[in-house]
Amino acid sequence: MPDIYLDNNATTKVDRAVVDAMIPFFTEQFGNPSSIHRFADGVARAIKKARGQVQELLGAEHDSEIIFTSCGTESDSTAILSAIRAQPNRKEIITTTVEHPAILSLCEALEKDGYTIHRLPVDKCGRLNLDAYQKMLSDQVAIVSVMWANNETGTIFPVEEMAEMANAAGVMFHTDAVQAVGKIPMMLQDTKIDMLSISGHKLHAPKGIGVLYLRRGTRFRPLLRGGHQERGRRAGTENTASIVGLGVACELAMQHMEFENTQVKAMRDRLERGIVAQIPHCFITGDLNNRLPNTTDIAFEYIEGEAILMLLNKAGIAASSGSACTSGSLEPSHVMRAMQIPYTAAHGTIRFSFSRYNTLHEVDEVLKVMPDIVATLRKLSPYWDSVNNAPFVNPEQAFQPTYA
Amino acid sequence: MWDYSDKVKDHFFNPKNAGAVVDANAIGEVGSISCGDALRLTLKVNPDSEIIEDAGFQTFGCGSAIASSSVLTEIIKGMTLDQALKVTNQDIAAELDGLPPEKMHCSVMGREALQAAIANYRGEEWQDDHEEGALICKCFAIDAVMIEEMVWANKLRTVEDVTNYTKAGGGCAACHEDIEAILEKVLKERGESFDPAAAPLAKPEAVAEAKPMTNLQRIKKIEEVLNSLRPQLMADGGDVELVDVVGNIAYVNMTGACNGCQMAAMTIAGIQQRLMEVLGEFIRVVPASQMPKLTDMQETTHA
Ligand SMILES: Cc1ncc(COP(=O)(O)O)c(C=O)c1O
Repeated sequence: MPDIYLDNNATTKVDRAVVDAMIPFFTEQFGNPSSIHRFADGVARAIKKARGQVQELLGAEHDSEIIFTSCGTESDSTAILSAIRAQPNRKEIITTTVEHPAILSLCEALEKDGYTIHRLPVDKCGRLNLDAYQKMLSDQVAIVSVMWANNETGTIFPVEEMAEMANAAGVMFHTDAVQAVGKIPMMLQDTKIDMLSISGHKLHAPKGIGVLYLRRGTRFRPLLRGGHQERGRRAGTENTASIVGLGVACELAMQHMEFENTQVKAMRDRLERGIVAQIPHCFITGDLNNRLPNTTDIAFEYIEGEAILMLLNKAGIAASSGSACTSGSLEPSHVMRAMQIPYTAAHGTIRFSFSRYNTLHEVDEVLKVMPDIVATLRKLSPYWDSVNNAPFVNPEQAFQPTYA
Repeated sequence: MWDYSDKVKDHFFNPKNAGAVVDANAIGEVGSISCGDALRLTLKVNPDSEIIEDAGFQTFGCGSAIASSSVLTEIIKGMTLDQALKVTNQDIAAELDGLPPEKMHCSVMGREALQAAIANYRGEEWQDDHEEGALICKCFAIDAVMIEEMVWANKLRTVEDVTNYTKAGGGCAACHEDIEAILEKVLKERGESFDPAAAPLAKPEAVAEAKPMTNLQRIKKIEEVLNSLRPQLMADGGDVELVDVVGNIAYVNMTGACNGCQMAAMTIAGIQQRLMEVLGEFIRVVPASQMPKLTDMQETTHA
């Protein structure tokens, strides 16, 4: 049984067709796209083709709205820093409590520089309150940055609606769509989204390539200045091979969009249903009616996520966890805390994220081992009553350690 | 995932003494659920000899928390209470062939549970003597609470002060921004403001008095540490030998089963951790195969 990879929200395998398309740009057409000789022959054209492929997947109106960057994080930083530099009189930013660190850490740093950061909270299902959002919008706000889909729970935010609201208030709107692009269809030209971030490695392109979508007419200040690459909006010699690879990956994502939302979703649902049916005291986190088709995040109460991952890994299964231990921090994931998941469950969350390479057979393999893994760890847990094979009637009172 | 030693994995996958001891007469419950770790230690103590006849653990926590609990029960079984009280968290970590710096708190939790259990047996109240914060300095495993306390207690003002008093920031320097943030916060609370260009305080006496070791003394000390670790390595069919020390890099030869095996890198990390603890400075352990040629080295010293 080969290993089972269910950690596709962390990163994905590069599609073979993507690799094949990239190779010539390392070995033959390795010239600088700005050069005028045969080694650069066709390189600029290949980049243009890739730009068109990304445009197609996003439903952008113009291919010049696609700016290649080095990663999702760079796209996020570029968007926010551009908005505040282009509008120096606006000193507020609206975002959410559950963004990726690529947004949250940047906002924390800007807070130290004197910016006011409004962080929209989420409810227990990870949903935003749009009335609260409406009240935050004003002519003091430089930019709203709200993720399209959450990387941990897969919960989808109503970014199209939120962009309309921002637009009506005269405020720029950015969305970190790193987890959404390629998994759900989008047509940016019909929206009021001004900027959007993509990361190649989440959709079977290589790591280290990203895109910032910049709606034509949106005021912009580059993060990196230098050469004229990307029309001066992102200087630095183009990562030609990866750009070509991302183009192919976007085309493949387009072709598989329906598969993703039917077959991949079916695998996810089967795993989820199987686990909830077989294992007591576990629950799915996030907005169950509004999620990416490939993601499920399940909290196993009274046990800890890293321990689960180690046992899964031993069984040849790769997933990830929102527990504190896996990140080396002392707190469980900020997303779980924002949803007010109790600590005894937040530490035991496991995210399974699928891709088109997974199979139903793999789902059944996971379902075979998961109940034993959970039972093994619960036997060790001070919150679990091994005699009755159930949590203590009042687990948090049965075990009250001296908190260090 | 973490680079866990074989011993950690072994104790995690095959925990010893899991579950509560029936008719236990000493119970220690410690942990912090917000950090995702909690441990109940149950002991059966012979009232006449005070020997720990049986020990069991129940742990909510990650791989290294479970492994630390498991190895702790193995260490203390057969000890008297007084002997057991001498067990340190370093002993627990050493028995596991080391833990990653982010995970040292798992061994601390083990020691605390043991102290709490013994206090419980003796009818005393156990007081937790330290609060734990987010890990700031990964080279020397120093957390935020520790730094904050030292900044308060000694009126520290600069990153260099913090390094002199706590060692934090004395290694790779990646945490200097975080240390500055702590300084900013505490100085603000003290009604001062943080000035990155302020002159550092005089070094604390203990540090200032300790004469820097001569290179020969350092090499001897490094040899001592390596010798103390060799029995463990040899038990696993390997060995280690010091080849040279250049600046803060110790070049070693890993032989036998360690050589080239997947675990070599992990063993080296463990040795490095131990050396830093004993020498109190940042040391990098590098396989001798990566030692620069003599000519390169001369060039660098000339540069
Ligand atoms: C929502 C989200 N934003 C941003 C990123 C960062 O992307 P990159 O790794 O390309 O910088 C990630 C990836 O982990 C993500 O999930």
